[in-house]
Amino acid sequence: MTDAPILRVDGLGKAYGRRIACRDICFDLWPGEVLAVVGESGSGKTTLLNCLGGLIAADAGTVRYTRRGGGEIDLATAGEAERRAILRAEWGFVRQNPRDGLRFGVSAGANVGEPLMAIGSRHFGKIRSTASEWLEAVEIDAHRIDDLPSGFSGGMQQRLQIARNLVTHPSIVLMDEPTGGLDVSVQAKLLDLIRRLVRENGVSAIVVTHDLGVARLLADRMLVMKEGEVVESGLTDQLLDDPQAAYTQLLVSSVLTV
Amino acid sequence: MYVATKGGETAIANAHALMAEDRRGDPKVQEIGAEQIREQLSLGVDRVMAEGSLYDPDLAALALKQARGDQVEAIFLLRAYRTTLPRFGYSEPVDTAAMHVHRRISATFKDVPGGQILGPTFDYTHRVIEPVTAAEEAPRSPEPLPYPLPRVAGVLGREGLLEDTPTACEEAITDLTREPLRFPADRAARLQVLARGDEGFLLGMGYSTQRGYGRSHPFAGEIRMGDVAVEFVAPELGFAIDLGDITLTECDMVNQFKGSKTEPPQFTRGYGLVFGFGERKAMAMALVDRAMRAEELGEEVTAPAQDIEFVLYHADNVEASGFVQHLKLPHHVDFQSELTLIRAMRTEQEALKEAAE
Amino acid sequence: MNDAAYNFGYLDEQTKRMIRRSILKAVAIPGYQVPFGSREMPLPYGWGTGGIQVTAAIIGIGDVLKVIDQGADDTTNAVSIRRFFSRMCGMATTEKTAEASIIQTRHRIPERPLSEGQILVYQVPIPEPLRWLEPRESETRKMHALREYGVMHVKLYEDIATKGKVATAYDYPVLVNGRYIMRPSPIPKFDTPKMHRNAALQLFGAGREKRIYAVPPHTDVVPLDFEDHPFAVETWDRPCALCGAGNTFLDEIVVNDRGGRLFVCSDTDYCNERQEAGHRGDGGAGLEAAE
Repeated sequence: MTDAPILRVDGLGKAYGRRIACRDICFDLWPGEVLAVVGESGSGKTTLLNCLGGLIAADAGTVRYTRRGGGEIDLATAGEAERRAILRAEWGFVRQNPRDGLRFGVSAGANVGEPLMAIGSRHFGKIRSTASEWLEAVEIDAHRIDDLPSGFSGGMQQRLQIARNLVTHPSIVLMDEPTGGLDVSVQAKLLDLIRRLVRENGVSAIVVTHDLGVARLLADRMLVMKEGEVVESGLTDQLLDDPQAAYTQLLVSSVLTV
Repeated sequence: MYVATKGGETAIANAHALMAEDRRGDPKVQEIGAEQIREQLSLGVDRVMAEGSLYDPDLAALALKQARGDQVEAIFLLRAYRTTLPRFGYSEPVDTAAMHVHRRISATFKDVPGGQILGPTFDYTHRVIEPVTAAEEAPRSPEPLPYPLPRVAGVLGREGLLEDTPTACEEAITDLTREPLRFPADRAARLQVLARGDEGFLLGMGYSTQRGYGRSHPFAGEIRMGDVAVEFVAPELGFAIDLGDITLTECDMVNQFKGSKTEPPQFTRGYGLVFGFGERKAMAMALVDRAMRAEELGEEVTAPAQDIEFVLYHADNVEASGFVQHLKLPHHVDFQSELTLIRAMRTEQEALKEAAE
Repeated sequence: MNDAAYNFGYLDEQTKRMIRRSILKAVAIPGYQVPFGSREMPLPYGWGTGGIQVTAAIIGIGDVLKVIDQGADDTTNAVSIRRFFSRMCGMATTEKTAEASIIQTRHRIPERPLSEGQILVYQVPIPEPLRWLEPRESETRKMHALREYGVMHVKLYEDIATKGKVATAYDYPVLVNGRYIMRPSPIPKFDTPKMHRNAALQLFGAGREKRIYAVPPHTDVVPLDFEDHPFAVETWDRPCALCGAGNTFLDEIVVNDRGGRLFVCSDTDYCNERQEAGHRGDGGAGLEAAE
């Protein structure tokens, strides 16, 4: 890790009418670090991720990101053209529902190749061989490169999404409940894969999950959210072994009693 | 030796002659006049004016005659004609509250101030085909109708149970006969598209909301049909002059709304307004208008009628009729390209197969 | 003489000015689709109302108009549009590409190279190149603004991966002036290279969709492709049966019910000129032999 954060979020807020979804969210993300955002549904964690990923506009705060070529930009106030260009070239976003993150009408190869083409690759053979390598990397048989994602299992679709998001070697990947909706055994394999790929590729990741097990396995650090606010943050092991906030204690104990 | 067929000119001239002959029909049967169409097929004329977006019963009747009764063709004729008319300016908004009412009903109250006025409706006729007798057609002395009639919406509005009528628009209203439709389309633009839109399309769309594709629990708050004055302020004069009366049908649909965090539960409205006596269209329009407000009212957008781009881009029958029917124009150059491609792909595939064997 | 009841060119002067303003904007931003207040014309949507409005806005009494449909001057729709302008403007018409100052076209670019000062007006059914990938106008406009064009290559990729080659035979997407992706209207792929650095002004009118766009003279127009699967045009394994030309787009004519076919130039003016200059094809001799 270098000595400067890659992302500095300060005072981020979002409200829907009078309902506050996120209030005054502050955190730093360091290069190569995996940060988990945990909380129950309605805690504002997905709103936070969608604000960061540019799906919705935040009402307040700054999201300062250090670009690959150096130089910091506040994504919250950047123009849409610049923001979308950065998100496309330097970020990835693994959505909870593969239907939101994949094109179901085109083949697995096209899904992995699209981000490459979006940033200017124009050699069919190279795009195809890169796509093929990435399918192997996420443990999808390269023979299925021309198959449509609709014929894939839920776990495969999620792995395909991960390949599509890592193929451009992004600096930051956002993941929204990446193992949600999958069988327990499939979940475990997928988590192993994510952990390995994130480490190997040196990307930073923000993972939103309601599952403390996912956070424990993947994350270096955690934010615990409740009713739109961060109630506790810290190193994952410390936070799970010795929770300070009453809400975190409740979360941790409820997991342990299951 | 092959010689390419010529003679587009002659073919077109022949087609025109045949069409004129068919339009006249059997010469032993008396020819129909545009005045007869205007007076005796008035609902057909009304639809042509509404969707042709030009209020001129004489021209609409003539267009219907020329189009051999084909409504969409007559609408097209009227639209093409209105293109050539220079625009002098815009009338003052018509005041439908001051309408000289021929028909006014409300389904939400048993009785309303001014009463339920059935007017010239098909509603309670038995649809039995029988020769219309002269006696039935004999004019009755008209009974004086109350004027002006208060709006039913006012009854609910006083209690705050109904959302307010949008007040006068501050910005200039888009004129879709002069400017292209742009998105996001505001309600004024949407209502213009619906007012000119195809009755059949809107009927199907409105009907779909009743069958569960974007339910909105509608009630016919008020339907009124009658005459309103059109006024125009000429800049030279500085005051409004009366240009004459037009007949309009207006529908105020009242819909359930559960309320949100910021708004108390109240009724919302869908609005329909068409030239002439066009109750089916006005009601369908009101349903579709309300459906398209889903997003604005924080409802989930799931049904076709709630999809603003979908509805607005496909409601116009002159556009739709032209583009569907343009498929009969020659496309042999595109087809030739496809043919060449398919042949090339088949040849390659066969070569591969042979190589494999 | 023109029809006295109507203004020159059918449209009123205000409308023509509005269209000319849109054309100027389109010329200034090559390949950008300019929304314009398209009017209902006396010909149906889909019959070339966009092209007709563009022509009506730019035509003057001194112009010489040529109208082609599928490459031919004598197809019914070309005849009908030419008659419309004769009636509404009273200017001269021609079938000769070289003589025309304005050429309105549906689905072809003439074989004879155009020269400076000529204007080619295309009739466009669907102007949006991203339409089949994204049906929403609000989204496609954003994609153009931000040059988010990766998805265009996804379609080409998919074609090559699953069919071995790009399966777009006409209306082939092009990049104009290095900035905007544009649909050239349903011209065959064969004609696409003719747009590149053409000396003539190319104007595109989409009436029903209410858009005008343009390619100014000598502007780069590059078809989308991959480095290892370059763009290629259709070829025929025989020359035109009438004029013997070996480098033109050929129409396939079914001449008898035994499946006998002839291949002749789609550009009737070009074919006639060659025949007048003494060029001859085999007149379908091969056809007789094949039977």
